[in-house]
Amino acid sequence: MSDDQDFRRKPLTDPEVEIRRLSRRGFLWSGVSIAAGYAGYRLLNGAPKQGGLPVPFRKALEWNEAVWSSLQSEMLPAPTFPIEQAREPKVNGGLGMSDAFDPSAWTLRVEGLRGLSSPLHLSMEDIRVLPFTRICTEFKCVEGWSQIVSWGGVKLSDFMRKFALTGESNRYVYLETPDAGYYVGIDIKTALHPQTLLAYEMNLQPLAVEHGGPLRLITALKYGYKSLKRIGLLRFCDERPRDYWAENQYDFYAGH
Amino acid sequence: MNFPVLALMVWSGLKIYRAYDVYRIGFGSWTLFRFDKEFLSHLGITQGLAVGMAWHFLFGWIFAINGALYVGYLTVSGAWRQILPNRSSLKEAWQVVLHDLRIRKEPLPKAKFNGAQKIAYTGVVLLGFIALASGLAIYKPVQLAFLLFVFGGYQGARFVHFWVCMLFVLFFVVHIVQVARAGWNNFRSMITGREIVIEEQPNV
Repeated sequence: MSDDQDFRRKPLTDPEVEIRRLSRRGFLWSGVSIAAGYAGYRLLNGAPKQGGLPVPFRKALEWNEAVWSSLQSEMLPAPTFPIEQAREPKVNGGLGMSDAFDPSAWTLRVEGLRGLSSPLHLSMEDIRVLPFTRICTEFKCVEGWSQIVSWGGVKLSDFMRKFALTGESNRYVYLETPDAGYYVGIDIKTALHPQTLLAYEMNLQPLAVEHGGPLRLITALKYGYKSLKRIGLLRFCDERPRDYWAENQYDFYAGH
Repeated sequence: MNFPVLALMVWSGLKIYRAYDVYRIGFGSWTLFRFDKEFLSHLGITQGLAVGMAWHFLFGWIFAINGALYVGYLTVSGAWRQILPNRSSLKEAWQVVLHDLRIRKEPLPKAKFNGAQKIAYTGVVLLGFIALASGLAIYKPVQLAFLLFVFGGYQGARFVHFWVCMLFVLFFVVHIVQVARAGWNNFRSMITGREIVIEEQPNV
């Protein structure tokens, strides 16, 4: 009788058998995980769409918005730059910028600001008399390019204070081009931020028509697609307004 | 877990970079290779900036949580000692490279992880950390302006984030080649966490 034979009679503790069992289990789990992953992918992509995006992704964007907007301190400024670094940004996106446009006949329609009894129709002269602010910030396009640009105009918050009779504010601001071909919504926190302007000057020059003249929105707190060019309508509201790119797969918030 | 999450982040990230395809391998006016729309299309990275962002900002959470759990595990279990490089790791890693490229014949020192592995496995954890930090800087350049400053501004952070992604891909390719080279027993040990070691019988 030798120890060798004794050893061979214990198949249950044989490491080869044990590792085979574990391997089988491991590969089975891998298979199950791959199948679950694929099912998850189908489930995510096949979900009903909201704003062109499957609902789980839309919910994730809204969750991100809730997290980051709650962390945002009210008046935190975007970094500013010396004006010498400012250059002309790329002209990007012609939505709402129809050819038939006469800047001299332009007026701005303002609706819904709490404390305002009837809609306003303002000319550039009405806007130029308001306090002037100039900022030099980095303009960031959602595509990935960025450019330091200087902007001049009136802070949207100063504008609101000037025309509203009470200090109450609405929850959102909706902006539209004169032909309604492009439209955006922004949250009130961004609207009241000191780096959110109704701009009529770019790099110390009058704002050119291709850059959104005579009057455009500029916010240093969001991607460029929120900074609507050629504002025709400014509407203050409490429901989340429609937004061109949020209807086409992008994030409504787009906050930095 | 690591592989599918990382693969999704790379895929969706490249969809985002595709919208502004400026990166290349080259020097000055000489360009060897461009990561442009044409090349990305060959890889199946089609146009879809918004879809890329939607995936990236959902799976970014999973990437971050998964990474935090892994670092937490390394810390609590003490396993970090096995992957942290020491003074001899660099020299050993060079030997490993020469050995694996069949330039040197001498056998490698026996340990669970060799010097090259230690450097690679610690490096990939650092990469994950840099990927997260630079990604957050691009994602919230105003709220996290201090992070943006660290990476040299918006375009600096985009640059770092892109090349970190490429290093991840490189790590993965080398990893796969090495696992295939190491053979079945090693792969089985990665799956099961156990390994069969044939010990030499002691002479009695």
